[in-house]
Amino acid sequence: MLTVDAVSRSFGDRQVLKDVSFAVAPGRMTGFVGANGAGKTTTMRIMLGVLAADSGQVTWRDEPLTREMRQRFGYMPEERGLYPKMTIADQIVYLGRLHGMSAADAQRNTTALLDRLDLGPRAGEQVEKLSLGNQQRVQIAAALVHDPEVLVLDEPFSGLDPLAVDVVVGVLRERAAAGAPVLFSSHQLDVVERLCDDLVIIADGSIRAAGPREELRAGYSLPRFAIEAEGAAAWLRDQPGVTVVEENGRRAVFDLADGADDQALLRAALTRGPVRSFGPVAPSLAEIFREVTQ
Amino acid sequence: MTTFAAARLVAAREIRVKLRDKTFIFSTVFFLFIAVASTVLPAVLDGGPTKVAVADSTAAAALQRAGLEVRTAPDDAAAERLVRDGDVEAAVVAGPKVLAMEEAPSDVVGALSAAPPVQLLDPDAVDPFFAFMVPFALAFLFFITSFTFGMQIAQSVTEEKQTRIVEILVASVPVRALLAGKVAALTLLAFGQIALIALVAFVGMRIGDLDPRVAGLIGPTIGWFLPFFTLGFIMLATLWAGVGALAARQEDIAGASTPLQMAVMLPFFAVLFLTDNEPVMRILSYVPLSSPIAMPVRLFNGDAAGWEPIVALALLAVAAVVFLGVGARVYEGSLLRTNGRTSFATAWRSRPTAG
Repeated sequence: MLTVDAVSRSFGDRQVLKDVSFAVAPGRMTGFVGANGAGKTTTMRIMLGVLAADSGQVTWRDEPLTREMRQRFGYMPEERGLYPKMTIADQIVYLGRLHGMSAADAQRNTTALLDRLDLGPRAGEQVEKLSLGNQQRVQIAAALVHDPEVLVLDEPFSGLDPLAVDVVVGVLRERAAAGAPVLFSSHQLDVVERLCDDLVIIADGSIRAAGPREELRAGYSLPRFAIEAEGAAAWLRDQPGVTVVEENGRRAVFDLADGADDQALLRAALTRGPVRSFGPVAPSLAEIFREVTQ
Repeated sequence: MTTFAAARLVAAREIRVKLRDKTFIFSTVFFLFIAVASTVLPAVLDGGPTKVAVADSTAAAALQRAGLEVRTAPDDAAAERLVRDGDVEAAVVAGPKVLAMEEAPSDVVGALSAAPPVQLLDPDAVDPFFAFMVPFALAFLFFITSFTFGMQIAQSVTEEKQTRIVEILVASVPVRALLAGKVAALTLLAFGQIALIALVAFVGMRIGDLDPRVAGLIGPTIGWFLPFFTLGFIMLATLWAGVGALAARQEDIAGASTPLQMAVMLPFFAVLFLTDNEPVMRILSYVPLSSPIAMPVRLFNGDAAGWEPIVALALLAVAAVVFLGVGARVYEGSLLRTNGRTSFATAWRSRPTAG
């Protein structure tokens, strides 16, 4: 378990992290979401030791992080960077060696990774000659070359074309399946919704929600329903305890007030004509996000 | 991985990149060319002993004894013709009279006249030409090397900052390993370049048949110059790295490094213009910023006692340690501040990273 424990940090007078705590479980993809400036990058930098925390600590397998442990972390910073004049392969090998690999191991992993990321034929080219999307793939390789035990990736999908997103997602899932905790931040909620097993939501420097995605959904689920029936919307509006939030021809989405009986409503609807569908609506991540960050 | 192992990896990359860098290769070749030109060319251009034409055999014997190249002419008129045609530089005709085109050939005159006995009161004094050239060359070498290599250190630090790769590096290895690797690599390259130039100059002096007295002085001078050079270079190298870290973009380096440029330039010009001012030179040869230049000069001129360079070296070593600390703190304090130029004060106060 990779645990962030009561971490606070200020820059000057501004406190950017307030008592931040959450855990990233091995073998799971954890999405880290928050608005710009919410504190995602600062948290990740502290996890990697690039920044110091004012208070609190980060632990891995119940022990405070040391540089030796961090050597086995894979990190992709928000601000991307590579040596523009170095060739792709030299660069990845070098970064692998900085993480303590032997030259031969670094070479072998580099070749395998570049092939996996469809960069094999370009291994000898200088990074500055690549398109931005391909540079992004090299960046992924830089984070993965040393077979990290833990992955911390800051916005790994920004700047990737949809095809590359699929490749990268595949690689990350492999790592998670092999038992690594994978933490990735993103402001693209649809991507996070599709990928993550667990979710951490941060706003204004404090954690607003954390846990398995499905639990969060269930927990924040409003008494919201969708119905598909002829003339449903117009009829629903007059029912007590019903607030229509969306209507679209025969389909309507509505919230029920506390204590209102959904089954009674369904029976009433059936007496008026055929009902094609009726059921509760699970909130989207965007809706949960909006609710917990307000 | 230890900090040392990490620093070695960083240094190895730095050296590999530099050895492929066209600017570096060009500057090395350029300096080597200068070294060859200044040691071998004078001898080549000198063209050997003066040629003199003579008809009289007694005079011919005297001239030959003086080591001149003698050509025997059938008569005085023929000897004069040889001078006018430019086949010889001078002729000795009846009288005896010396003929030459536009300049009196002092060696020919000397060979024919009875010189009064000469007693040299300071036989070890150095030829004024060398007395100026050697110190100037050493001062220039230190100045240009610490300046250009210093700039390269700053640029290489700024490059990592500007391209943002620094965050990956800092997440993998200690900041001090990055700094130490870079400084070690560039020091090694600078030292290598200087040693190569010294070697070429030395071989050049052998080929050029330099006055053995001067050669005997240059040897020890270079021997002292190398430790002064190395310590002086390391002293400044970390500060250059700090300056590079203060800048966020290559364009900022010039501004951020101005004080440091002054610290390199002023001692150079001070030594250059005040070489003859003994008390000032004595002070300069102890002040750490100027001692790498001033002390070898005083040694070459025979003005310094045997213990003096050792004291100056010790002072330089102390200064190097202090400057290393300052440079490292500024480097660590500003390396991750990628938004615009960092001020010295901010960098100084900034908290280092964890672990």
